[in-house]
Amino acid sequence: MASRAILQRRKGISVISSARWMSSWWSNVEPASKDPILGVTEAFLADPSPNKVNVGVGAYRDDNGKPQVLECVREAERRIAGNMNMEYLPMGGSVKMVEETLKLAYGENSDYLKDKRIAAVQALSGTGACRLFADFQKRFKPESQIYIPVPTWANHHNIWRDAQVPQRTFHYYLPETRGLDFASLMDDIKNAPNGSFFLLHACAHNPTGVDPSEEQWREISHQFKVKGHFAFFDMAYQGFASGDPERDAKAIRIFLEDGHLIGCAQSYAKNMGLYGQRMGCLSVVCEDEKQAVAVKSQLQQLARPMYSNPPVHGALIVSTILGDPELKNLWLKEVKMMADRIIGMRTALRENLEKLGSPLSWEHITNQIGMFCYSGMTPEQVDRLTNEFHIYMTRNGRISMAGVTTGNVGYLANAIHEVTKSG
Amino acid sequence: MASSMLSLASTSPSSSLSLSDNWKVKTKIGGFGNAFVKTKSFGRTTMAVALNVSRFEGITMAPPDPILGVSEAFRADTNDLKLNLGVGAYRTEELQPYVLNVVKKAENLMLERGENKEYLPIEGLAAFNNVTAQLLFGADNPVIQQGKVATVQGLSGTGSLRLAAALIERYFPGAKVLISSPTWGNHKNIFNDARVPWSEYRYYDPKTVGLDFNGMIDDIKAAPEGSFILLHGCAHNPTGIDPTLEQWEKIADVIQEKNHIPFFDVAYQGFASGSLDEDAASVRLFAARGMELLVAQSYSKNLGLYAERIGAINVVCSSSDAAARVKSQLKRIARPMYSNPPVHGARIVANIVGDPALFKEWKDEMELMAGRIKGVRQKLFNSLSAKDKSGKDWSFILKQIGMFSFTGLNKSQSDNMTNKWHVYMTKDGRISLAGLSLAKCEYLADAIIDSYHNVS
Repeated sequence: MASRAILQRRKGISVISSARWMSSWWSNVEPASKDPILGVTEAFLADPSPNKVNVGVGAYRDDNGKPQVLECVREAERRIAGNMNMEYLPMGGSVKMVEETLKLAYGENSDYLKDKRIAAVQALSGTGACRLFADFQKRFKPESQIYIPVPTWANHHNIWRDAQVPQRTFHYYLPETRGLDFASLMDDIKNAPNGSFFLLHACAHNPTGVDPSEEQWREISHQFKVKGHFAFFDMAYQGFASGDPERDAKAIRIFLEDGHLIGCAQSYAKNMGLYGQRMGCLSVVCEDEKQAVAVKSQLQQLARPMYSNPPVHGALIVSTILGDPELKNLWLKEVKMMADRIIGMRTALRENLEKLGSPLSWEHITNQIGMFCYSGMTPEQVDRLTNEFHIYMTRNGRISMAGVTTGNVGYLANAIHEVTKSG
Repeated sequence: MASSMLSLASTSPSSSLSLSDNWKVKTKIGGFGNAFVKTKSFGRTTMAVALNVSRFEGITMAPPDPILGVSEAFRADTNDLKLNLGVGAYRTEELQPYVLNVVKKAENLMLERGENKEYLPIEGLAAFNNVTAQLLFGADNPVIQQGKVATVQGLSGTGSLRLAAALIERYFPGAKVLISSPTWGNHKNIFNDARVPWSEYRYYDPKTVGLDFNGMIDDIKAAPEGSFILLHGCAHNPTGIDPTLEQWEKIADVIQEKNHIPFFDVAYQGFASGSLDEDAASVRLFAARGMELLVAQSYSKNLGLYAERIGAINVVCSSSDAAARVKSQLKRIARPMYSNPPVHGARIVANIVGDPALFKEWKDEMELMAGRIKGVRQKLFNSLSAKDKSGKDWSFILKQIGMFSFTGLNKSQSDNMTNKWHVYMTKDGRISLAGLSLAKCEYLADAIIDSYHNVS
């Protein structure tokens, strides 16, 4: 009945009656499937079980399983509360925040910064930075594609798809070793057409936790040069991987040393705990200052019809912290503490599983780095964990180590052992 | 399994490079060409040259934004008499930015509570979504009671409009949006980037400096059935000219006749008349007829939360089931744009609107702000009438409403305002009264009279 009314309308037949106002314009709108990652937390929240464990979304928890607002952030907030007006930021965001952010990625004394060769804008966290770059790529390199690693953060596919940039994949994770499939990765780089665009995770690969070694990064960089490929780095975990931001930026620095003109998405969601503030930055290294100015203006042009200008609150927090040596030191300590807790939990989980006499190897838990552990469990095993043990994670077997605590690591190990012991 | 050590000397990079045609040779000492050559592995100058060539070589400078660019030009002007009537950001009588007291209170409360900074859900803060829909439609409105409104927090007005545009593109391929002539400059950009076709309906009548009502009705009638009609809920930007309630009824009639979908942009609720309810009258009129409609909201102006980027997109559907489905699809559009919206502004709004005492305080401050604007309108009108001996009718200044006034000045006259009088405004003749003080009304009147009569 409703659809006939719509057909009639489309044919231009005018039938005015009160009945038609009952049929909706939106009848052909299907319910969207739940986001695989954020949907996990929804399900967790709905579960009444006292034993439930959330190792789904990658948001840091302290050893009590509570969200943690960093001390340096609280202090920054105290300093800025009520003082600043809330006037629009420029379209490119807070200049101070961007400057400090670039120093983190490119190095405090980077020549690229001195020479003003980096086009950079404040972005809506890592997602917004990737999306701006994808739109920029579409507009200025319309014939290009993006090579995305397998596996990757699910939203990467959504971002480049909605930006209408065709996608290809490249090998990354080797299930047999739960490590890097380096040979296939190198083959894919070599076989891609010259001048292809590649998405690389700078550190703490999401979801696998598997990062190339420094030597491997050097080889990748070299092959990129041979092929003239463009490297786009998504760096969402700087500081969070090893505990040392400089070390976590190593891949980027290698590429820069080798002369690549890279693009980079940075996020403060995890390493400063600013998740909900949507704080990030997109940068594109250019040949010279003039080009950087032009590219920045075009990035702003893309942002304007998306959100006009980015939010100020988080930007003030970031620039307050990074602009004050004492606060910055406090931040570095707190980041290291978070990373250390994760590393500690990795060790504990592995030891627990080994103590339980698991027939499988769990080395990968401590080999992998960052927030996530790619456990190697199947979707069916994950479902059992959820249904029988009230343990919530994404069905690809990714465990957010940030959700593991001294209080639940035993329970978690037990449950994993139960569902995997039969091999 | 392990790859062989890369034998760097044996590669012949130059043969497989296929970079863009423009090769720039870096010759400056200590510049990157040299630093590159110093790198241990690669001593070939040709490779050094090639790698400094950017993919984005051909990219030209984007034009300055016509609205935000005005403030930049104003800042660069050193003249004492300069006046910024460009961007629509409220200023006090002392021409200072204004953080509402109620906002400071809310922020202090939030600081004391020490709330966390976890991700919001994709659709935003639930408390915010509830209060924003209630503010717009009225808490006891059947569409709210019956769960027929899909509300998703967006990045202020711009972000909310963009979500709606993407929804239109995805579910109504080929459908057009009709926008008023003139309208806020960024509307076109939003629909262009979302790949939604648009065309204009007549709105502003330069002869009367008022509404071209017949033109508007005719153009809406002439649009293909099922078009989206973008309407400014109140305080039309840039003209300040709003339809009367009677005219809104007729507009709703013709939209229903032609099966169009009304799409409201409400960026100034409370700021137009001073009353939040009164300013929502047009939206409520349409909702009362049982029409499905879209409404984008912004708290940039009425709560002074400009840079926090807080707003919402509301879709009123004929059933709660449709609303749930539409909401899920809006989320799907937002996820690859920014994942989830910023929390700070949402909490401020939820705290203020959700607390009776703070809400009342807000209403009072809102009245003061709107009152100040009405006051400068009156003074400007008085000054113009007193100084201009030509008999020109300046009463449109009083009839127009909200932050902006369409002066009727053309581009050359607007340029004169800037070049001779250091009055910064947009080239379409729009002035932002929010940037005008009582003290400057006489000066502005002189500038307008001069530009209007002595420049063509």
